[in-house]
Amino acid sequence: MKPAPFEYFAPATVEEALGYLAEYGYEAKVLAGGQSLIPMMNFRLAQPAVIVDINNIPELGYIRGNNGDLQIGALARHNQVESNPLVARQTPLIFEAMPHIATLQVRNRGTFGGSIAHADPSAELTAISVALEGSFTLRSQRGDRVIPANEFFLGLFTSVLEPDELLIEARFPPLPARSGCALEEVSRRPHDFALVGVAAVITLDQGNRCQDARLVFFSVGDGPVEARQAVGMLNGNELNSELLRLAAETAAKRDVDPGSDIHASAEYRRHLAGVLAYRALEKAYLRSRQ
Amino acid sequence: MSNTVEVAFTVNNIQYVRNVEPRMLLSDFLRHELGLTGTHVGCEHGVCGACTVLFDGQSVRSCLMFAVQANGHEILTIEGLGTIDNLHPIQQSFIEAHGLQCGFCTPGIILTLVPFLESNPDPSEEEIRHAISGNICRCTGYQNIVEAVKLAAEKMSPNT
Repeated sequence: MKPAPFEYFAPATVEEALGYLAEYGYEAKVLAGGQSLIPMMNFRLAQPAVIVDINNIPELGYIRGNNGDLQIGALARHNQVESNPLVARQTPLIFEAMPHIATLQVRNRGTFGGSIAHADPSAELTAISVALEGSFTLRSQRGDRVIPANEFFLGLFTSVLEPDELLIEARFPPLPARSGCALEEVSRRPHDFALVGVAAVITLDQGNRCQDARLVFFSVGDGPVEARQAVGMLNGNELNSELLRLAAETAAKRDVDPGSDIHASAEYRRHLAGVLAYRALEKAYLRSRQ
Repeated sequence: MSNTVEVAFTVNNIQYVRNVEPRMLLSDFLRHELGLTGTHVGCEHGVCGACTVLFDGQSVRSCLMFAVQANGHEILTIEGLGTIDNLHPIQQSFIEAHGLQCGFCTPGIILTLVPFLESNPDPSEEEIRHAISGNICRCTGYQNIVEAVKLAAEKMSPNT
């Protein structure tokens, strides 16, 4: 099908874009890479009256380090993130995720910020942002606010982003020393939406005990799902395969409650959650010891 | 009808200035306004890859862009890649290696391969399969497409 008619604005500055968002509110949608929005418009699942295209604001396309943090601007495309050495060095989890995100052609156009703002529960970057304790800067004419990733996502395609706000930047703090991370997912075809996926981050203390662990699933609920009971079993303890396996089982049994759909049954998704959580935890643990 | 917007851009090295409705997809603009029907439209939601064109040298889904977004940019479609008497080495290789049957997916695959082979002149089979994994072919089973890409890489290699 074809998109319904809309009014089109292509502002050249962030201020101008914020003006349109303030004026049109819920009527308006921000167009960044468009790799999720335009399919939804083609299907007429989305029929925004106004499109604010931010592709003519090139200064939003940055990826840079700042005091150890990694900052990714709203218009940085997946292919830029994928090939940026700073990303590979500072946030290897993001680097590891990139080949899983859609296809080459979609990554040439889709943006990191757009994936976050879209809040698709099957998007790798939503769970990874939570696992890496990232934060997002949201800007409107009312000012800036910085929201931690674990408070950003509210539910299915829903976040705290207000209609007059533009997601300006994603920011990730450096991982502490003795940290390891890993991403595991299963999808029917390469690049397709994951049936289940999970990101793990483990930080060890000087005595080789688990100082901090995070395990965040995607594609098992309405948004990124933190496995709090599982990581509670790891924190403060010396890690071994047996404990990691128990934690993974707990995650699958108690922390996630996946649904059934045409692609997979809830039972199969729960099974995958346990298997993938174990693989991710073990890999993250091994990497934390390197 | 909504208002039209004036856009100026280059398609296959020809400059166009047109008024388009903002909702017109780039794929439809190329086919219906410019008559460049070599860009095929399969799924219209970014899954099949048939509509792949080069946008400033990078492969993109033309069904997932609006024509207005091409303002000031450069597009290459299959019509601009080679001529009937002077085919691009990738096109020639697809003929020689029997890399197509019905041909519906072929323009999208070939355009995907142009930047891929330029940046990766000696790809492994795995890399080739990865590169074309965003393009669906319902005829060939991909075997001869992969062979065609290997042949194209040889033809394009500066050592031959």
